[in-house]
Amino acid sequence: MKLELHGITKRFGSLVANDHIDLTVEEGQIHALLGENGAGKTTLMNVLFGLIQPDEGEILLDGRPQHLGSPSHAIRAGIGMVHQHFMLVPVFTVAENVTLGMERTRALGWIDRRRTRRDVRELSERYGLQVNPDAMVEDLPVGVQQRVEIVKALLREASVLILDEPTSVLTPGETQELFRIMRELRAGGRSIVFISHKLKEVQEIADVVTVIRRGQVVGQLPPTASDTELAALMVGRSVQLRVTKKPAKPGEVRLDVQALTVPGEEEKPALDGVSFQVRAGEILGVAGVQGNGQTELCQALLGLRPAASGSVRLDGRDLTHATPQHRLRAGLAYVPEDRQEDGLVAGFSVADNIILDVFDQPPYARGIAMDLATRDAAAAERVADFDIRTTSTATPVGTLSGGNQQKVILAREVGREVRVLVASQPTRGLDVGSIEFVHRRIVEQRDQGLAVLLVSSELDEIYALSDRIAVMYEGRITGFRPPDVPAEELGMLMAGATGADAAATGEAVVQAPTAGGPDTGLMGSGVLGVGVPTDTTTNPSSITHGSPAGDQPATDDDGGEPE
Amino acid sequence: MSEPAAPPPPAAAEPAAAEDASSAPRGRPPVSRVVLDSILEGNSVVVTILAIVVAMVLGGLLIAFTDPDVLRAWGSFFSDPGYAISLAWDTAWGAYVAMFEGAIFNPHTLTAIFHQASLGTALHNGYFSALFNPLSETAVNATPLIFTGLSVGLAFRAGLFNIGAAGQWIGGAIVATWLGFGVSLPPVIHVVVCVLGGFVGGAVLGWIVGELKARTGAHEVVVTIMLNYVMYYFLSYILGTKAMQQPGRTDLISPVIDIDARLWHIAGPSLRINAAFLLALLTAAGVWWLLERSTTGFEFRTVGANPSAARTAGMSVEKTWVRAMLIAGGLAGLAAVAVIQGTDYQLNFQSYGTYGFDGITVALLGRARPLGIVLSALLFGALHAGGVQMQASTQIPVDIVTVIQSLIVLFVAAPPLIRAMFRLRKAKATGLSENVAKGWNA
Repeated sequence: MKLELHGITKRFGSLVANDHIDLTVEEGQIHALLGENGAGKTTLMNVLFGLIQPDEGEILLDGRPQHLGSPSHAIRAGIGMVHQHFMLVPVFTVAENVTLGMERTRALGWIDRRRTRRDVRELSERYGLQVNPDAMVEDLPVGVQQRVEIVKALLREASVLILDEPTSVLTPGETQELFRIMRELRAGGRSIVFISHKLKEVQEIADVVTVIRRGQVVGQLPPTASDTELAALMVGRSVQLRVTKKPAKPGEVRLDVQALTVPGEEEKPALDGVSFQVRAGEILGVAGVQGNGQTELCQALLGLRPAASGSVRLDGRDLTHATPQHRLRAGLAYVPEDRQEDGLVAGFSVADNIILDVFDQPPYARGIAMDLATRDAAAAERVADFDIRTTSTATPVGTLSGGNQQKVILAREVGREVRVLVASQPTRGLDVGSIEFVHRRIVEQRDQGLAVLLVSSELDEIYALSDRIAVMYEGRITGFRPPDVPAEELGMLMAGATGADAAATGEAVVQAPTAGGPDTGLMGSGVLGVGVPTDTTTNPSSITHGSPAGDQPATDDDGGEPE
Repeated sequence: MSEPAAPPPPAAAEPAAAEDASSAPRGRPPVSRVVLDSILEGNSVVVTILAIVVAMVLGGLLIAFTDPDVLRAWGSFFSDPGYAISLAWDTAWGAYVAMFEGAIFNPHTLTAIFHQASLGTALHNGYFSALFNPLSETAVNATPLIFTGLSVGLAFRAGLFNIGAAGQWIGGAIVATWLGFGVSLPPVIHVVVCVLGGFVGGAVLGWIVGELKARTGAHEVVVTIMLNYVMYYFLSYILGTKAMQQPGRTDLISPVIDIDARLWHIAGPSLRINAAFLLALLTAAGVWWLLERSTTGFEFRTVGANPSAARTAGMSVEKTWVRAMLIAGGLAGLAAVAVIQGTDYQLNFQSYGTYGFDGITVALLGRARPLGIVLSALLFGALHAGGVQMQASTQIPVDIVTVIQSLIVLFVAAPPLIRAMFRLRKAKATGLSENVAKGWNA
């Protein structure tokens, strides 16, 4: 079915969320909608799904204008939506979830389970969804739950499928699986609107890319467009996709972790004899598929999880059994993985969040009396310094965009005297512009002599920032590698191969770094001679530091530090 | 021990709050928490005021249509509709006029002054006292509610439901009363000692709750409700023992406290208003300072808004719970001080009243902010003072006041209802309530 949007406009008060948006999605097309957080993508899709009524404009399906007053109208018209947060009942089976709201009944209101199961199985086979109709939804991994949502839409005969940021919850492997399914669906003649802010994914899967910025369509490009081109359109200015950084000058050992073991939820320890050191002026990247102990490692470093054995030393001081407060005071800066949950108090002002871990220290407090003037002055300074976009320091931090929230956390953590920075997934869910900023700041901190431990499940991020890479698998570190290690080898380590195996296999598989050679590598630094393997299967298709396209001008060598 | 007829045990009036006692999954606030958050954060002042107005209107209808005369008139509605309507109106109006006269100002007292020979004789004969008596009664009724409201409100800001203000009240009352009659001290010192004793009596109970939660994870709602029962029966026991029972009495009542232990009247001996009211206002200001301007309050608020973030920022969530409950308990103890040392001068079940539970309502209506709590306590105080007058002059039962209070809370708790009734647009979401909304969607 061909979907056309003409001049869709939606205003919320003075804010124009959608400004005369035109969009045409052909039958059998995967149409990517690319835009930063807050660009108006979700509003547009909510209009399309009947959740919001547009102020102006019309929606046509196969040339016929539609009035979509509610989601049920949209569903009847053949539009299906897979939300970012799934709308499933965890304690129901797949078949029950799928028929919820459209139960097929036989005489006397008996629900025809057999028919539903058969339908689910049929659809599942046709598109290779691999969904078992009898499985309980709560037992399924996130990727499969998402496929249940797709089945749900398909069963309602959706010919236009809207996927709202579908990859944000998926692992790299699951993402590839989703892409395969999307291709199958396209082959079956369905139209797909794919919402994303991840350039690589869009390049990989889309037939057409429409870029939205501030509620307006700013361009339509083929997926072959370079990532710089896309990013520039999306952000509205040219974006430095590669982090320029000088070679590291490691100094003395700042963070020394020896044989750290932390009990897990089950019998197996969450951390099993982890040892590493981070020196002043270097970034140690911890790579690994999520859920292999990275979260626990960070929590243990902050002191939120007690260590069963082993030791944690900061500048030689034993902090193994210190409280979080002790460790923070000893010079640990901590950027938590879950910004909303652990990093910020959403209802508090920007200023209060900036002093959240120094609120009772001079000069912010004298005795138990807080000095609000000092707080506000310090906050104003950080807001300017970190370019935090907020109307004032009194604005609740929860109303800020994700990127600005992360800036608040960074401003807080590195704004005081610190020795070691532990940053966990520092750019998760951020848009291109913010990622650039956060990365630049992390490198800056390194250059000022901080020891940085970067934990990330984005391989690109690890490559872009790390001076050394450690790989975690099932609570252990399976190996340390230099930053020019091929992705295949890291992939092997991430899958649990021991160091020696991985090195052997990696060498066997990997050819010389492709496309462009060392000087266009992520580091932009000829000194390290880093090339980035592209188009590798283990490389998660993710946000930033895109494949080094050949036409990309090499960033300045050596002296290429910004500022 | 003999068990003389004691009034029924404290009503377990908070099923909603009790429900979340069952462990809530990590990362997602329990439903009751979300609901309370949205009550406390999501309402604009306009909605609160409209809720009060609507509750008063419905209360008026209730007054009119429970009156036998009005019902009889409506029975013959078709023969004389005008009479039925006007009688209903007069009844409701009369009740509210009586309430107003009892709570704020009675014009008759003013005219009476001018019937006196001179202002001097009027003053001498207590006519001025009569003029200000309604306001004094409102303040007296509001005072303990300010304290219990602050108790519940402060705990709530730290993320805790203090359902135990009733029990903490008893703790404070026992200590303050015993110090009042059991020891003799010089004038001012005796008052101060009793006030501090009342605070400590309540604080100990609050501390127990906080400590249990911090050490064992026992939910404060369950513990406080249970402690309410414990304290209730402890009170009925101790009032029957030699230690607390007034000699020569068989009913449950304590001896009268020393004159030196009583709080001073601040508007002449014939008006009941006393220093407790000033203490309540000062305490409200103090709680405001503590919450908004001190490091302790910053910790309370952080832990209340997001315990995980508090922990990540190096705060001790457990210690904060203990401290918050300790202060909350102490505040409830001060409510007992206001009653025992301010007006009743002895302890029995009548002084116990319903302050502890009304405190929850007051805190809700005041959105857990000290100023809001003072205002809503004054409103409830006025309703109580007026209700007594209304019953005396119109024979309408004082219980109608409870109905109006409940209706106010009902409407405050259902802001969409009020918004729909008055076609208000949704209040611009503040950070926290926006988060709550997100919580619903997630």
